[in-house]
Amino acid sequence: MEPQLSVRNIRKRFGLVEVLKGVSLEAARGEVIALIGASGSGKSTLLRCINLLETPEAGEVSVGGERVALGAGRRDAAALRRLRARVGFVFQSFNLWSHMTVLENLVEAPVHVLGLSAAAATQRAEALLARVGLPDKAHAYPIQLSGGQQQRVAIARALAMEPDVLLFDEPTSALDPELVGEVLGVMRDLAAEGRTMLIVTHEMGFCREVASRVVFLHQGVVEEEGPPATLFGAPKSERLRQFLARVRD
Amino acid sequence: MEALIGAGPLLLQGFWVTVSVAVLALALASVLGALAAAARLGGGPVGRGAAAAYSTVVRGIPDLVTILIIYFAGQRLVNALAGAVGLEGVDVSAYAAGVLAIGFIYGAYLAETFRGAWLAVPRGQIEAGVALGLSRSRLLWRIAAPQLMRHALPGYANVWQVLVKSTAVVSVIGLSDLVGLALKVGRRERDPFTFMLAVLVAYLLITAVSGWALARAEKRLARGT
Repeated sequence: MEPQLSVRNIRKRFGLVEVLKGVSLEAARGEVIALIGASGSGKSTLLRCINLLETPEAGEVSVGGERVALGAGRRDAAALRRLRARVGFVFQSFNLWSHMTVLENLVEAPVHVLGLSAAAATQRAEALLARVGLPDKAHAYPIQLSGGQQQRVAIARALAMEPDVLLFDEPTSALDPELVGEVLGVMRDLAAEGRTMLIVTHEMGFCREVASRVVFLHQGVVEEEGPPATLFGAPKSERLRQFLARVRD
Repeated sequence: MEALIGAGPLLLQGFWVTVSVAVLALALASVLGALAAAARLGGGPVGRGAAAAYSTVVRGIPDLVTILIIYFAGQRLVNALAGAVGLEGVDVSAYAAGVLAIGFIYGAYLAETFRGAWLAVPRGQIEAGVALGLSRSRLLWRIAAPQLMRHALPGYANVWQVLVKSTAVVSVIGLSDLVGLALKVGRRERDPFTFMLAVLVAYLLITAVSGWALARAEKRLARGT
C-alpha cells in the first residue's frame, strides 16, 4: 500500500549551511512519528519543507497520492495548493488570524480552498471546537484566549481541512508549563483516532507514550529511527545517547 | 457680515472645490503610495531605487514648489504635444494640476506609512494562510489587508489632515478653491479678515468630521487586539 506521506531525499540549504542533507521518511496511514534532535538538527526545516513553507533544493514529497517534485524550475501553483490543503500544519506560535474570531479562523480555508458552503463549514467548525474542548469560544477573538486554548483552536483549524497528514512544529514549546497538558491531551486523542501525524517535539514522555516511531535527526540526516521503546531504551548511536542524556537532565 | 452672507453660495462652491481636490488627491496618493511601497518591499533594484528616489525628492522640497513645477511642466508638455500635432496650445487646468501635484506629494508620505504597516503584519499569520492553501489574492485581502489597514490608519489619518490643509496652496496656480475665493471676495469687500475667519471655520469643520470618521474606522479595525 502506498504510504500516506512519503518524503524522498530532501535537500535544503540556507546560504552556505546545508540544513538537510538528503532526508527520506515514510509514514503509513495512522502512524504517529516523532521527530527529535538537538536544535539546529533540521527537524523544523524538514517539517516546513513537507508542505513547502520552505523550498528545498531537491527531493520529492507525496501526500495521499498527490506528488510534488521539488528543486529548480517553477512548480505548478495549483498542485502546490492541493498538496498544502492535504497537509495540516500546527505552528509553535499558533498563528491564528488575530483580526478574525475563532469561528472565522476555522471556516476561512474550508470555504475558500475546499469550496464548502458557509453553513457546512460552520457546522464542521462547531463540531471541531467541541472536540478540542472549546465549544463556547466560537465568537471569541484569539487574544481573549490562553496560549493552550489558542493552540487547540489552531489544531481545530488544521483539522477543518480534513487533512491526510498533520504536522506539528513544537506545538507546546511556546506554552506555559501548566498549559502543555491540554494540548498534548488533544494530540493524544487524535493519535488514538488513527490520524497520520508527524510531530517535532521536545516532550520525550509524550513521544514514548504516543509515537509509533521516533526519528532522530542529527546535522541534517536521519541518524537513527525505530519504535520508541527501542530508541529510548537501547539507543545504538552515540549521538542519540548523548542527546537523550542531555534532554533527561 | 452681510457681505459674507451674500458671498455664501460662492464660498460654498469654493468649499466643494477644496473638498473634492483633497479627496481626489488622497485617492491618487493612496494608489501611488501603495505602488511605491510595493516597489520598495518587493521590487527589483530598479523599482526599489525609483521608489526611494521618489520619496526622498518629494519629501525634500516644499509643497508649493512641487505644485508650481507640476503646473508649469504640465503646461509645457501640453504646449509641446499640441504643437507637435499642429494645434494651438490650451491652458492646463489648475484643478487637474492641483490634484496631480498634491496626490504626487502625499503619495510619497503614504508610501512610508504603507511600508511600515506591511512590515507590522505578523509573518506567521501569512504563513498559516499559505499552509492552509489559501490563494495569493485571498491571503492579501482577507489576512494581510485588514491588519495592514489597522497599522496604517493612524499614519493615514495624519497624512489626510496635512493634505487637506495643503490644498490651500493650490490657490497660487489660480484655482478657485475656498481660500482663493475668500481672499478675492474678501479684498473686494474690504474685509478679508472676516472672510478668512469663515475659511478657518470651514477647515476646522472638514478636519473635525474626518477625524471623527477616522476614529470610528480605527475602532472598527482594532477588533481582536
